[in-house]
Amino acid sequence: MIRTITGTINSKPITWQVDVRMSLADVLRAHGFTSVKEGCGVGECGACAVLIDDLVVDSCLYLAIWADGRNIRTVEGEAEGDQLSAVQQAYLDTGSVQCGFCTPGLVMTSTRFVEEHKGKKVSRDQIRKEHGGHICRCTGYEGIIRAVEQCLKPDQK
Amino acid sequence: MFDISSYHKAYSVDEAIMLLSQNPDAIPIAGGTDVLVRLHGHNRNYRHLVDIHDVAELKVVDLERDGTIVIGSGVTFTELGNNPIISAHIPVLNEGGASIGGPQVRNVATVGGNICNGAPSGDSAAPLLVLNATVELKGPDGFRRLPLYNFYQGPGQVDRKAGEIMTCLRIAPEDYQGWSAHYFKYAMREAMDIATIGCGAACKIDGGHVAGLRLGFAVAGPTPLRCWRTEEKAVGRQVNDALLDLVKNSVLGDLRPRDSWRAAKDFREHIIKTLAERVLREAIRKNTEQE
Repeated sequence: MIRTITGTINSKPITWQVDVRMSLADVLRAHGFTSVKEGCGVGECGACAVLIDDLVVDSCLYLAIWADGRNIRTVEGEAEGDQLSAVQQAYLDTGSVQCGFCTPGLVMTSTRFVEEHKGKKVSRDQIRKEHGGHICRCTGYEGIIRAVEQCLKPDQK
Repeated sequence: MFDISSYHKAYSVDEAIMLLSQNPDAIPIAGGTDVLVRLHGHNRNYRHLVDIHDVAELKVVDLERDGTIVIGSGVTFTELGNNPIISAHIPVLNEGGASIGGPQVRNVATVGGNICNGAPSGDSAAPLLVLNATVELKGPDGFRRLPLYNFYQGPGQVDRKAGEIMTCLRIAPEDYQGWSAHYFKYAMREAMDIATIGCGAACKIDGGHVAGLRLGFAVAGPTPLRCWRTEEKAVGRQVNDALLDLVKNSVLGDLRPRDSWRAAKDFREHIIKTLAERVLREAIRKNTEQE
């Protein structure tokens, strides 16, 4: 049941042999992208969230072969060298990281949200709703919402 | 690794029908947010898959010349939410669709899957019932159509016969033009939750009287249900508080809510009566503003 998929991960081209029975989360972790965490395995916690063609998807409920021909982004691709992305830096500044298990998935959702809403006025409700597919048991979400707000301020790059 | 015994990928509806006909145990997988959850739990009934994830012809929303709205079964809830035809003509479908799971689930979960898994709690079910949706299926013998209401047969059971694929849902112009509809999902959380009760109402008001009324409920019986007797009693009546009282006090006669670990029966009954009134009031308000 092995098939070949091609595409990109964090802008680098890939050609991977994948078993059709594997989830994208399994395959990503096997290739060293261990920011991707399998938490609940049923689409409730969002710890495995990655971007596929700029859509946030739970990679544990996504067959790896569906990624064929697509562009995958994980948190490994967000920093440039030692320079954190704006979202990553905002998470640090607002104390949005405690145990860190949910953080890689949440950072990807926030990253996409910020890209989509840059320069637009958004409500806290909208931020909450669009982050509703993630569970964080440490922070109480307040810091995460402030991190997103910080990234959307007009003076931010 | 998922416990998958056989896997075949289809690129067209006809190919999917052929693959399903060759393997009577096979289940179609589209978005995967139900099927892969079942496989995660090692459910033996989902080990043979026909993959329709990338069948492009199922991913179309169309407004036909006569006004019929056609929603391909493979359209995701995010796509429905962004679709101008849906938001202009049947926004009630997105009132239900936007409450499904969380954003990541809505990005991949399809409307066809939400219906075909037969869940009494499907969030698109009550909106589609009050839109009088028709299901279209294609199988080895060609196309057939039936009302969504008749498609539901029991908890987790729908009338999808061996070798059949649901191609689309169809909403006739007379079922939405001049009508207004509203949907409310009552759940314990505002995201990632299954409805305790889902309530949809559609109405058409003419000269202060009810010209048409449809009420649909999720999790209020073994399948999503319409309230046929209540609807019949309401038609022709004047729109006032007495009408809302009548509906509120009649709906339980059409429904069969039960006790489950999610909610007790008497609590569900209370929610049903409350929502019947509130949701219908909102549908009436929308229709009156439209006039």
